[in-house]
Amino acid sequence: MKPPPFRYSAPTTVSDAVALLVEHADDDPRVLAGGQSLVPLMNFRLAQPGHLIDLRRVTGLDTLRLEDDVLVIGAMVRQSTAERSPDVALAAPLLAEALGHVAHPPIRHSGTVVGSIAHADPAAELPAVALAADAEMVATGPGGARRIPAAEFFLGPFTTALEPDEILTEVRFPPFPGGHAFVEFARTHGNFAIVGVAALVALAGGEVTRAAVAVSGMGPTPLRLTAAEEALVGRAPGAAAIEAAVDAGTAGLAPAGDLHAGAETRIDIARACLRRGIEGALARALDRR
Amino acid sequence: MRDLHEITLTVNGREHTLAVEPRRLLVDVLREDLGLPGTHIGCEHGVCGTCTVLLDGASIRSCSTLAVQVDGRSVRTVESLASGPDLHPLQEEFWDKQGLQCGYCTPGMLMRAVEILEQEPDPTPEQVREEIASNLCRCTGYQYIVEAVLAAAPRLRGGQQWDPTAGTAATVPTEAKA
Ligand SMILES: Cc1cc2nc3c(=O)[nH]c(=O)nc-3n(C[C@H](O)[C@H](O)[C@H](O)COP(=O)(O)OP(=O)(O)OC[C@H]3O[C@@H](n4cnc5c(N)ncnc54)[C@H](O)[C@@H]3O)c2cc1C
Ligand code: FES
Ligand code: FES
Repeated sequence: MKPPPFRYSAPTTVSDAVALLVEHADDDPRVLAGGQSLVPLMNFRLAQPGHLIDLRRVTGLDTLRLEDDVLVIGAMVRQSTAERSPDVALAAPLLAEALGHVAHPPIRHSGTVVGSIAHADPAAELPAVALAADAEMVATGPGGARRIPAAEFFLGPFTTALEPDEILTEVRFPPFPGGHAFVEFARTHGNFAIVGVAALVALAGGEVTRAAVAVSGMGPTPLRLTAAEEALVGRAPGAAAIEAAVDAGTAGLAPAGDLHAGAETRIDIARACLRRGIEGALARALDRR
Repeated sequence: MRDLHEITLTVNGREHTLAVEPRRLLVDVLREDLGLPGTHIGCEHGVCGTCTVLLDGASIRSCSTLAVQVDGRSVRTVESLASGPDLHPLQEEFWDKQGLQCGYCTPGMLMRAVEILEQEPDPTPEQVREEIASNLCRCTGYQYIVEAVLAAAPRLRGGQQWDPTAGTAATVPTEAKA
């Protein structure tokens, strides 16, 4: 199928883009980034926006930079650009690793990092990474810019804290000195995963000093597994701590089953991914010291 | 509501200025407006890859790209590969190794293979298998496609003279430009 008719604008500044969102508020306006989620949905008429506001010409949105130790990714930075960036590899290796699991290279050439976070698919990799990494989303609306912590950003499936007249201009990833791992299970590599785990751990003096673990595919949003984090912190990195974290992390999970995997299967898969993710992050943290 | 937008596209080395509705997909503009039906349409939601073209050298799904999104940019389609009757080394190897049966996936496979070999001129079989996983084929079982890409690699590395834009650009008289 093809998209039904809609109006289209390609403004050159963020304020013009916001003004267009306000002006066409009654026309179901939508921001267009890479289009790799939105255009397929429009082809199937599952989304029928009346007005598309394309960010491709907005100056300044396609930059990726380090501000002190914080990695700042602009709204039009393509997933494949971020994947190959030495700055991302250095400052946010968890994001770099997760990007390799997002769809296939031809989709990553168009799709943006920020667009995936704005889309907030509960099965997607990058929202889980943003949550584990305590990323901040910078949203600009008619009243100016505000920062939204990842913990407050994801509200439900495909639903975020963004207001209808706000544009996400950039996402900020703070540094995490430690080890990282992104592990997922997908039936076919490159397809959406059933479960994904983003893990970050830091070690000092023979014990875990900090842990951040998030999971995708186990609820309406990506979930931060604070119980798993608490089970790790203060313990020596080893099999006992990992098993305790896996048990604690999965204890409260109640995923909805679907045609890809039932609830019990998802929990089994989450346990395996969690174990591998924490093991991988610990191994890298040990290497780093 | 016909809201026409003027866009400029360079396709296989030739520049076109077109007025398109924003809802037109790049694949349809290539096939219908520019008369280049080599690029196929399959799933229309980014999954199969038969609509793969190169945008400024990088593979994209032309079914999940609006034509207005690529205003001012350069597109290469499967029509750019052969030069008259002379097939591109990748096309010859697909033929030779039976890298196609029904041929539906082939235009996308070829364009993706062009990119794979530009990025890694001497790939291992594992690398080709991994990279070509972006494109689906329901006939060949992929093995012969992988073999064809591997067989084309040394020919392209060997500096065999081949101008990627020669297929169309060289044969189009300038007055035919849109
Ligand atoms: C075959 C296929 C497989 C895929 N597999 C995966 C996968 O395994 N994992 C995965 O995570 N994703 C996958 N995707 C989705 C892909 O990663 C998309 O690129 C991504 O979800 C959206 O990014 P985009 O830039 O294309 O956004 P768009 O499609 O342009 O936009 C998506 C949504 O976000 C909104 N939006 C985008 N940018 C902004 C902004 N700056 N401010 C406010 N709102 C904004 C849009 O209005 C829209 O609602 C797949 C897609 C396809 C076609
Ligand atoms: S038709 Fe474009 S990916 Fe299938
Ligand atoms: S040759 Fe038939 S789909 Fe690939």
